[in-house]
Amino acid sequence: MSFKVLIADDEPNIVVSLEFMMKREGYEVLVARDGRQALEAIRRERPQLVLLDAMMPGMSGFDVCEAVRADGAVRDTRILMLTAKGRDTDVARGVGVGADAYMTKPFSTRDLMQKVRDMLA
Amino acid sequence: MIAASLVLGVSFGYLLLLFAIAAFGDRRAALGRSVIDNAWIYALSLAVYCTAWTYFGSVGRAAGSGVWFLPIYLGPMLAMLLAWVVVRKMIRIAQTYRITSIADFLASRYGKSPLLAALVTLITVVGIVPYIALQLKAISAGYHVLTTGQQAPGLPVIAWWQDGTLLVALALAAFTIIFGTRHLDSAERHEGMVAAIAFESIVKLVAFLSVGAFVTWGLFDGMADIWSRGQTFPELRALLRLGGESGAASFGYAQWFALTLLSMLSVLLLPRQFQMMVVECVDEQHLRRAAWVFPAYLLLINVFVLPIAIGGQVIFGPGRMDAETFVLSLPLAHGAPALALFAYVGGLSAATGMLIVETIAVSTMVCNDLVMPSLLRLSGFGGRAGGDLTQQLLNIRRCAILAVLLLGYLYFHLAGEAYALVSIGLISFAAVAQFAPALLVGMYWRGGTRAGALGGLLGGFALWAYTLMLPSVAKSGWIPVKFVAHGPFGIELLAPERLFGLNGLDNLTHSLFWSLLINVGLYIGLSLWRGPSAREASQALLFVDVFERGRASGQAAPVFWRGRARLEDLTMLASRLLGANRARQLFEEHAREIGVADVRNLLADARLVDRVERQLTGAVGSASARVLVASVVQEEPLAIDDVIEILDEASQLRGYARALEDKSRSLELATAELRGANEQLQSLDHLKDDFMSSVTHELRTPLTSIRALSELMLDAPDMEVDQREEFLRIVVSESERLSRLVNQVLDLAKIESGHAEWHNTDVDMAKLVANAVRAASGLFRERGAAVELSLPDQVPLIRADPDRLTQVMLNLLSNAAKFVPAEAGKVGVVLRTDGDGLVVEVRDNGPGVPLAEQATVFEKFRQGGDAQNRPPGTGLGLPICRQIVDHFGGRMWLESESGEGACFAFRLPLRPAEDQETP
Repeated sequence: MSFKVLIADDEPNIVVSLEFMMKREGYEVLVARDGRQALEAIRRERPQLVLLDAMMPGMSGFDVCEAVRADGAVRDTRILMLTAKGRDTDVARGVGVGADAYMTKPFSTRDLMQKVRDMLA
Repeated sequence: MIAASLVLGVSFGYLLLLFAIAAFGDRRAALGRSVIDNAWIYALSLAVYCTAWTYFGSVGRAAGSGVWFLPIYLGPMLAMLLAWVVVRKMIRIAQTYRITSIADFLASRYGKSPLLAALVTLITVVGIVPYIALQLKAISAGYHVLTTGQQAPGLPVIAWWQDGTLLVALALAAFTIIFGTRHLDSAERHEGMVAAIAFESIVKLVAFLSVGAFVTWGLFDGMADIWSRGQTFPELRALLRLGGESGAASFGYAQWFALTLLSMLSVLLLPRQFQMMVVECVDEQHLRRAAWVFPAYLLLINVFVLPIAIGGQVIFGPGRMDAETFVLSLPLAHGAPALALFAYVGGLSAATGMLIVETIAVSTMVCNDLVMPSLLRLSGFGGRAGGDLTQQLLNIRRCAILAVLLLGYLYFHLAGEAYALVSIGLISFAAVAQFAPALLVGMYWRGGTRAGALGGLLGGFALWAYTLMLPSVAKSGWIPVKFVAHGPFGIELLAPERLFGLNGLDNLTHSLFWSLLINVGLYIGLSLWRGPSAREASQALLFVDVFERGRASGQAAPVFWRGRARLEDLTMLASRLLGANRARQLFEEHAREIGVADVRNLLADARLVDRVERQLTGAVGSASARVLVASVVQEEPLAIDDVIEILDEASQLRGYARALEDKSRSLELATAELRGANEQLQSLDHLKDDFMSSVTHELRTPLTSIRALSELMLDAPDMEVDQREEFLRIVVSESERLSRLVNQVLDLAKIESGHAEWHNTDVDMAKLVANAVRAASGLFRERGAAVELSLPDQVPLIRADPDRLTQVMLNLLSNAAKFVPAEAGKVGVVLRTDGDGLVVEVRDNGPGVPLAEQATVFEKFRQGGDAQNRPPGTGLGLPICRQIVDHFGGRMWLESESGEGACFAFRLPLRPAEDQETP
C-alpha cells in the first residue's frame, strides 16, 4: 500500500531533498511551507507520517505537534521532528510535546529513511 | 440678694461635681483609657492660668487703668509662640528624668542639690501663699456681694468656724488630698484632677462670657454704646486712651514691657503652670494644639473685660462700687440673680482650680524638698532603715496640702484687706520670675553652676523682698511707711522703691529690673568664676542635650555613676519608697529590657542604679533620691575627668554603632552592585547563548541540504542528468550561503569586539554612493529595476573607512534589489546634507516592512519577507550595516509603510566624536 507523507519545512532546498527520498520509496508526498499549512494539510489529507521541521515562521513545529496531539481526529498521526537546533533542551521539548521521533539536521539520508520505514511499519 | 443657704448649697454642689469628674477621670485612667490624653483637654488645663485674679481682678484693673490688664495675657500668648522650643524641652527633660516640680527641676539641673531645692521651695511658698490667700479672698468677697448685695466689709464678722471660706478651703484640701495624693506615682500625674481642671476652665470661660454678653447687650446696646456713654465721664475717657490722661506720649513703655515679660515668665514658672504644662503632660505633641488654643482662650476671656469695667462704672458711677465685683454686682443689681449665681460659680471655679493645682505643686515641693531632707537626716529614716515608707510619704504630702491651704487662709485673715487683688498677683509673679535665669539659661548653657544658681536666686529673691514685698507690707500698715518713702535710717539711696536713685519707674518695673539684674549678674558671674563640679557638669549635659542623649533618642544615654551596689539593697530601697508591687515591676521591666530572664540574676550596675534613682526621683525628688541611693551603695566620687571619660565611652559606643552601621550599609551596597553585575553577565551570557544557537541553526540548515543531496547522488549513480544538475546547483548555492554566513559572523564578531580594522581617510560620499550604485547596477539589471540617483554637486568630506561605507551601501542596494517587484522595480538613492551631517536614503517600491517587524529588522537573524519567497540572505547584513554606521557616530533607521515600499536611511555626522576616530 502507498503511504501518504507530509513534508513541513520552510527551507526549499531541504524540501527538495526530502521530497526526492520519499518519492523514491514510493510514498505519496505532500509539502507544507509553514506550520499553519502543515496543520491544515494534516487535518485535510490525513497523512500517516509527518516530517516536521521544528523552526518554522509563524507556527513552529512544536506548536503543530501539540495541536495534532490535542486533536482527536488526527491524534495518531506519526510525527518525526527535524531540527537544526541541537541542544538537549530542544530534543526534550520535542519529545515533551509528543513527537514520535526526533532527528537533528544535518541528518544521514540512510538513517532518516530507516527511521521513516520503521515508523510506517 | 441671694439667700446664703442657696449660695452655699450651689457652691458645694459644684465642688461635688468636681469630685465626680475627678473620680471619673481617675477610674478611666485606671482602666487605661485616659480622658486627658487629648490636646484639647491639655490646652484647657493650661487655662488654670486664669484664676480668680483674672476673673474679678482684670475688671478691677481695667476699671482703674484701662488697657493695663492686657500685658498679663499678652505675655502668655508670646510665651506660647516659643512653646515648641522651650516648653517641649522642659517636658522632655522632666519626663526623661522624672522631675515633678520646678524646685526639683532646678535642683536636678545643678547637680541634684538639696540646698537649691529647699531655696526654690522656700521662695515658692513665700511668693505663692499670698496668691492662695487672694483666691480665698475672692471667694469670700464674692460670697458677701452675692448674699448682701454690698461690698465686703473688712473681715468676716462671724466666728471662724462659721466662715464659709474656711469650709471651702477645707473642702478643697479634701479634694486635693483625695485626687492629688491617692498614690505615690513616680510620674506624679493626676488624671482625675486634670480632667476637673479642664472642666473648670470651660465653666469660668462660659460664665465670664455670659456676664459680658449680659452687660454688653442686656444693659447696653453693644460695645459702641458702652464706649460712647463712657465718653461722657471725664474719668472714664482716660481709660480708653493708651497713655491715660496725658495721651499716648506718656505711655509707659517700660512698664508695659516689664508686665509682658513678667507674665511671659510666669506662665512657664508658676508652680501650677509647671504642674499642668510639664508634669501632667501626657504627650508632648499636644503642645502643638495648645500653642494656639491656650492663647485663643486668653483672648476670649478678655473680650468683655473693658466693656464690663466701663459699663459698670457708667451704671454705678465712677468709683462708687468696687470694680472687682462688677461681674457679680451688675447682674445682681439688674434682676438677674441666676446669672449672678452662675458668675459666682465661674469665679469659684477659677479660684478652686488655681488652689487645687497650686497646692498639689507646692505640697509636692514642701514634702520632697523641705520635709524629706530633714527626715533623711534623722536616724531610722535613712536608706538602710527598714519599713514601707510610701504611706508615710503620702501622709507627709497630705499634711503639706492642708498646711499650705491653711497658711493661705491665715494670710487672708491677717492681710486680706490690705492690698488689692491685682497687686498681690503681680508680687507673686515677680517672685517666681526669679527662677527664670537659672532655669531657662540652664536648659541651654552648660556652664551654669550650682553656686551661680544659688547666688542668683538668693540675690534676686532678696531684692524682690526688699523692693516689692517690704513696701507692700509697709503699705499694709505693719511697718512705718516712712521707711518706704525715705529709705532705712533716712538713707534715700536705699529707698526700696527708688533704689540707688532709680526714679521714674513704677514699683513693679523697678523691682523687676533690680532683682533680675542682680539675679542674672550673680548667676552668670558666679558660674564663670568657678567651673561646675563633676555632678553639675554631668547633669548640665543631660539637661542641655536631652534631645540628643535622652532615652527617646534611641541611643544609649551616658550614666554618670561609678561604684558598687548590691541588688538586695536596691530592691529594698525601691520597695520602701515605691511599695513592693511597683518596685517588683521596676526590676522586671529592667530585666526585660536588657534581656535577663530572671530578676535575681540582674547585675547591679550603673544602669540599674540610675534607673532606681530615677524612679525614686519621681517619688521624693531628685535631691532626696540622690541621698537615698548614695546611702545604700558604695559610690566612687566622680571627678570632672570621669564625666568626660564616661561621655567618651558613650560616644565611642555610639561611634562603634555608627561605624558598624556604615559598614553594613556599604556591604549592602557592594552586594547590590555585585548582584547587578552578575545579572548583567547572566543576560550577556544568555545573549551569547542565543546568538550561538542562532548561528548553529543557520549553519546546519545549508549543511543539511548539502549533505542530503550529496548522499542521494552518491547512492544513485544512475540519476538523471537534469536531476543531478539541479542537486549540484543547490549544493553550490548552499555552499556559497555557508561561506557568506561564516564571513559575516566573523565580520560582526570583529566589529562588536572592537577588533575590526578601520582605515579612515577623507571620503567624498557623493563619489562613494555613485560608485556603489554603479557596482550594484548588475543586480538591478537582472531584476529589471530602474535606479534613480540624486546627488548634490558637492558635499563636505567626512572622515571614515570608505570600504566599510561601500559595504553598507552595497548591502542596502542589494536588499532593495531583492525586494522590488520583478521587471517593475524602482529604487531611489538620495544623498543630501542635513545640518552638520550627511544623509543617505535607499528607497524601493517593494512590499515594505510590516509594522510588527520594523522594530526587529536590525536584529541578528531576522530576515524580512516569508521564507518561501525570501531571497537568499544571512540575516546579518543589516546588523552589520548598523554597527558600521554606529561606529562612525551615525545612525541608521527604517521608514516604511507596509505595501508602500521601504526606505532604509543612515546619517553620518560631518565631525565624528573623537573616540570614534579609532583605528
